[in-house]
Amino acid sequence: MTTLLPSADPGSATAERVLAPHVSLRDTVSQTLSMAWRATKKMRRNPEQFFDVTFQPILFTAMFAYIFGGAISGGVAAYLPLIIPGILAQTALTACMATGIQLREDMDKGVFDRFQSLPIARIAPLAGPMVADLLRYAIAATLTVAVGLLMGYRPGGGPLGVLAGMLLTVVAGWSLAWIFTWLGTVARTAQSVQGISMMIMFPLTFLSNAFVPVDTLPGWLAAFVRVNPVSHVVSAVRDLMNDGAVTGEVAWALLGCAVVVAVFAPLAVRSYSRTV
Amino acid sequence: MNRLTLPAPHGAVPGGDTHDLAVHATGLVKTFGGVNAVDGIDLQVRRGEVFGVLGPNGAGKTTMIRMLATLLPIDGGEASIFGVDVRRRGHEVRQLVGVTGQYASVDENLTARENLWLFARLQGIPSRRARATAEELLASFELETAADRPISQFSGGMRRRLDLAASLITRPPLIFLDEPTTGLDPRTRGQMWDTIRSLVADGCTVLLTTQYLDEADQLADRIAVIDHGRTVAEGTPDQLKSGVGTSTLQLRLADTTRSADAADVVRRLLGEEPALTPESGGLNVALTDADRAADVLIALRQAQISIASVSVAKPTLDEVFLALTGRPTDDETTTTPEAS
Repeated sequence: MTTLLPSADPGSATAERVLAPHVSLRDTVSQTLSMAWRATKKMRRNPEQFFDVTFQPILFTAMFAYIFGGAISGGVAAYLPLIIPGILAQTALTACMATGIQLREDMDKGVFDRFQSLPIARIAPLAGPMVADLLRYAIAATLTVAVGLLMGYRPGGGPLGVLAGMLLTVVAGWSLAWIFTWLGTVARTAQSVQGISMMIMFPLTFLSNAFVPVDTLPGWLAAFVRVNPVSHVVSAVRDLMNDGAVTGEVAWALLGCAVVVAVFAPLAVRSYSRTV
Repeated sequence: MNRLTLPAPHGAVPGGDTHDLAVHATGLVKTFGGVNAVDGIDLQVRRGEVFGVLGPNGAGKTTMIRMLATLLPIDGGEASIFGVDVRRRGHEVRQLVGVTGQYASVDENLTARENLWLFARLQGIPSRRARATAEELLASFELETAADRPISQFSGGMRRRLDLAASLITRPPLIFLDEPTTGLDPRTRGQMWDTIRSLVADGCTVLLTTQYLDEADQLADRIAVIDHGRTVAEGTPDQLKSGVGTSTLQLRLADTTRSADAADVVRRLLGEEPALTPESGGLNVALTDADRAADVLIALRQAQISIASVSVAKPTLDEVFLALTGRPTDDETTTTPEAS
């Protein structure tokens, strides 16, 4: 073994090492994409990670539609325009719950220490997996809509409206995932992330208009349901898919997503930089 | 990001006055739950040397390295790497340091090749050159045949080599090796030592922690002995050993029945009480000066006591540690590594 070090740039071997005071935006993006590449490799090698975005949407769509359809809307076909956007929001939330749990498990491994020891943007190890998770949200959204179509769902918004609804679901999933990413950085174990995430996810999805019309609820509950950001996402997706209409709900949903990202992304990066 | 290259040995490093020192720490403190895991350590590592930090488990070695590598916040004291302040300019420090330890490791979901490529990409090396760098490192660490196997199938030695290779991608001028051979079998351990020696030959500065006394003795130019978060001694391996005091004369007599006579001769000559093992004719005696061994041998010859073997030994680092800390190295810090 003559030398162990990789060869340097020709001509720069004697040059001074130039130290960058901080990471440029371009490098941050490139590092995030490298981290996303790592996450997709990981997904491909652990296909069970796709269970929550494949079987669950298929199962839940069929289950909820057949169980509640008659009671709530007087028939499965009539219930589908109500339930499909609801299930979309629910699967997106479940999928981003997994983001936090995965992150916590990852952070306990040695490789995250190496990430911390490298001169890279602190947000890259967090944002990378979230970029890769866009794929998971897309799969979940596609399958939910596909099952709905098979069961007789005929969205009035046409292909464009459906596509816009799915896109909004993906955006909402990605934004809400920052909450769970933050949880992943503050909780001590993956189990506790799971426990806390459940406690957040169930009220957010079930205390929304995802499965039932709001006017069937008692007043105090309806009041909460109306301010729940998930309700806005569900309403917006319904408007897009069923009517092809870009309504004020879409704006509210996007605003809600933006607020969540603006609050939780900095929190997550801060607590990530402090821990490990 | 600019491609990083090794700084010229005597060139100025940005922002540093103390540019002859790779590591300069004063009064380093880290507190965990009211206990000072690192309790005021001073450290000066010169460029191009191997500096060994020696101490038993829990002495604070790893905590110290993690602080210097920006993996843990510094609770007290100051530290700089090539003159760059660790507390205030962490991002720059991370460009100068490679870390290899049981914690800073590689991704088990990726192959060796993918790991090296990822770490190269993350540090701003374009994709194609990242691939070439990965190949080079796989070759020089003899990991080519295992490059595409899952890391879970790697042996301990292969794993350490990959960990180390991943730290060398940008040719950092300073490498932290935290217990690089803990848990390795003796043969693999020797290979790791060779690897570390070639790193130094390439111009790297190495800060090495170890709980193996012989490892520090073998590799380090200078050693700091750490116990309970404090430095208890510092110097070259020889200085540490001679600082403990005398050498020992170890004799074995040809005729075991003459032990008592030999003891008389030694006692009269040196004024020291020798330690005897009469059944094997062994006689050990401390020397204030190694040269006095000759006087003993001449006196024994005159008394017609023949000798089977003779040696003058400096104290081992085990004895050094015992003398410095007042207690022997415990079970976990024996000089022979065992898989842990």
